[in-house]
Amino acid sequence: MTRIWDPRIEEMPPEDLKRYQYKLLKSLVYRLYSFSPFYHDRMKEAGVHPDDIKSLADITRLPFMYKSDLRDNYPDRIFTATQEDLVRYHVSSGTTGKPTVVGYTQNDLNNWTSSLARALISCDLGRGDVIQVSYGYGLFTGGLGLHYGAERIGATVLPTSVGNTERQIELMQDLRSTAIACTPSYLLHIGEVAEKMGVSIRDDTSLRVGILGAEPWSETMRDRIQEWLGIRAYDIYGTSELSGPMFCECTEQNGFHVWGDLAYVEILDPETGESLPAGEEGEMVLTMLQKEALPIIRYRIGDITSLEDSVCACGRTHPRVQRISGRVDDMLIIRGINVFPSQIEYALMGIPEVGQHFMIIVDRKGALDNMLVQVEVSREAFSDKITDLMSIRRKIEHRLRSTLNVAVGVELVEPGSLPRFEGKAKRVIDRRTL
Amino acid sequence: MENYIIKQISVFSENRPGRLAAIARALQDEDINILAFSIAEADGFGVVRALVDKPRNAYDTLGNLGFNVAFTDVIAVKMRDHPGGLYEIARILGEGKINIEYSYAYSGKEGAVLILRVDNIQSAIKVILEGGGSLMETSAFQ
Repeated sequence: MTRIWDPRIEEMPPEDLKRYQYKLLKSLVYRLYSFSPFYHDRMKEAGVHPDDIKSLADITRLPFMYKSDLRDNYPDRIFTATQEDLVRYHVSSGTTGKPTVVGYTQNDLNNWTSSLARALISCDLGRGDVIQVSYGYGLFTGGLGLHYGAERIGATVLPTSVGNTERQIELMQDLRSTAIACTPSYLLHIGEVAEKMGVSIRDDTSLRVGILGAEPWSETMRDRIQEWLGIRAYDIYGTSELSGPMFCECTEQNGFHVWGDLAYVEILDPETGESLPAGEEGEMVLTMLQKEALPIIRYRIGDITSLEDSVCACGRTHPRVQRISGRVDDMLIIRGINVFPSQIEYALMGIPEVGQHFMIIVDRKGALDNMLVQVEVSREAFSDKITDLMSIRRKIEHRLRSTLNVAVGVELVEPGSLPRFEGKAKRVIDRRTL
Repeated sequence: MENYIIKQISVFSENRPGRLAAIARALQDEDINILAFSIAEADGFGVVRALVDKPRNAYDTLGNLGFNVAFTDVIAVKMRDHPGGLYEIARILGEGKINIEYSYAYSGKEGAVLILRVDNIQSAIKVILEGGGSLMETSAFQ
C-alpha cells in the first residue's frame, strides 16, 4: 500500500519547504496586488507593497482578513477568478444572515482533492478500502470534499451522506466499509443505533478507521470511540473558506498536518496580534498559498490551538497543528454546522411576536447535539389560544432552521424571565462535555 | 347582548413549579377572588385562564409583575346539574354551527356553569338564548 501520496512534497526538507512557501507567497502577493481590487486597497491601507515581502517572516506585514470581509463582499466580489473559470460553488451560513459563498477553479478543486488524498493515505487508507462518506453532500463542503479525496486514492466511495442511520449501518455491513468520514458525534450516534439493532461495530463490521471532524472533540472522546468501536479515529480540520475539510492527522495521531505548499500557519496572541513561537497556544491564522478563486490571506478563523514544527515520526516534514482547544469568539458548532449567536439574533429580529432577548442552551441528547433557543413572547402577540402560541413557536423554529441550516428547538418563556445583560451578553449555555 | 360577555383573564405561564403559586399569590394580595379557573398546557408552557371578580385590577396587577396577560371574551352558560345537562347546551351550539375553541366548567352553589370561548360570540349568545338555554350575566361575576 502507498505510504506517502506525494513524497517529493510531503518529505521535502524543512528548509526547502520554507523556500518554496516564500516563492508561493511572493507570487500570490504580486498577483493579488495586481488583480484584486479588494486586496490592493487593503495593502495600500496597510502601507505595504509586494516588494516589501522579502522573506517568509515578512508575511506579518500583510493585513488580516476576517469572515466579515467575505460577508461584506457577498456573494463573489472578493473572487479573483471570473465565473467562466469557476467549476463549483459551495455555500455556508454566514454570521448574520448572508451566507458565505466559496468559488473553486479547477486548480482549486485539484489542490483540495490532493490535500485530502495525502491526508487519507497518511491515516493508512488506500486502494481496497471502502470509505463511507457520511458528511452531508451538497452546499456543505464535507461530503463532496471527502468523496473526491477518497476516489483520488483509488478507494471505493460509499456516498451515504448524513442521516438514515439504520440504512447506513446495513450498508456498512453489506458493503464492508473499512472507513467512515463523519462528525465524531454522528459516529457515536451510529454506534448507539447499531447496538439497538443488535450490531456491534467492533465485531460485526469491517470498520477500522474514522475520519472525524467538522466539530471540536477531545482525546477522551477519541479513547472512547477507539475502545468502543474498535477503530482508529483521526481528527480532520477545515472550513469552507479554506476549501472544506483539508488537513488530517497521520497515524501518529498527534495533530493534523498542514501541507506547507498549500497553506502557511501562524499562531498569534489574539489580543496583540504578535506571533507566538511553536508550542505556544494562540489564535491560528491561515494563508492559503495556491488558492485562485477565493484568496485567503492571514485569515482569522477564530480557532485557538498551537503548532508543532518538528519533523513528524511518520516522516512528513509539514507542521502539525494540535486539536482546536477553543474559539476567540462565541461561535458554536452544532452537529458540524457553525452557528453564531448573532445569526439567531438576526433571525429573531424579523419575527415581531418575540422580544429581542434570547438564550441558547446546547446539550447532547444521546450522542447528538441539541440546541434550544428560549424566547419571550411579546405582550402584543400573546394569545390565550394554545394553537396560536404553538404556531408562533413553529414559525420561529422554521425561521431559525432556514437561517442556520440546523434544526433548533424553541421554548416560549415569560416576558422578563430571560437574563438581561449590561455589557457583553452571554447568551449561550453549553452543557456538552467533549 | 353585551351584558352576557364576560372578561376572562388569560396569563402566559412557563410550565414549571411555582408559576401558578406566583399568579395566585398576586391575586390574593390584591384581594381578588377567583370564580372559575383552568390551565391549558402545551409542552413547556401553558395558559392560565380565570374568571375573577375584579378583572381590570387583576390584569394590571399581573401585568405590573411582568406577566403576559390578556383579556378574552367568554360566555357562561347555566347547565342543569344532572345527567344530560352538558348535552343540552352542546346540542344547541352544534345545531347553531357554533365552534367551541375551548371551555371549562364548574359546579357551584347556584348550579353548574359552563364557560365557553367560541369563534363568534354574538351568534353564540343568540343561538343559546333562542335555543332555550340560559346565560349568566356579567354582573354575576364582575
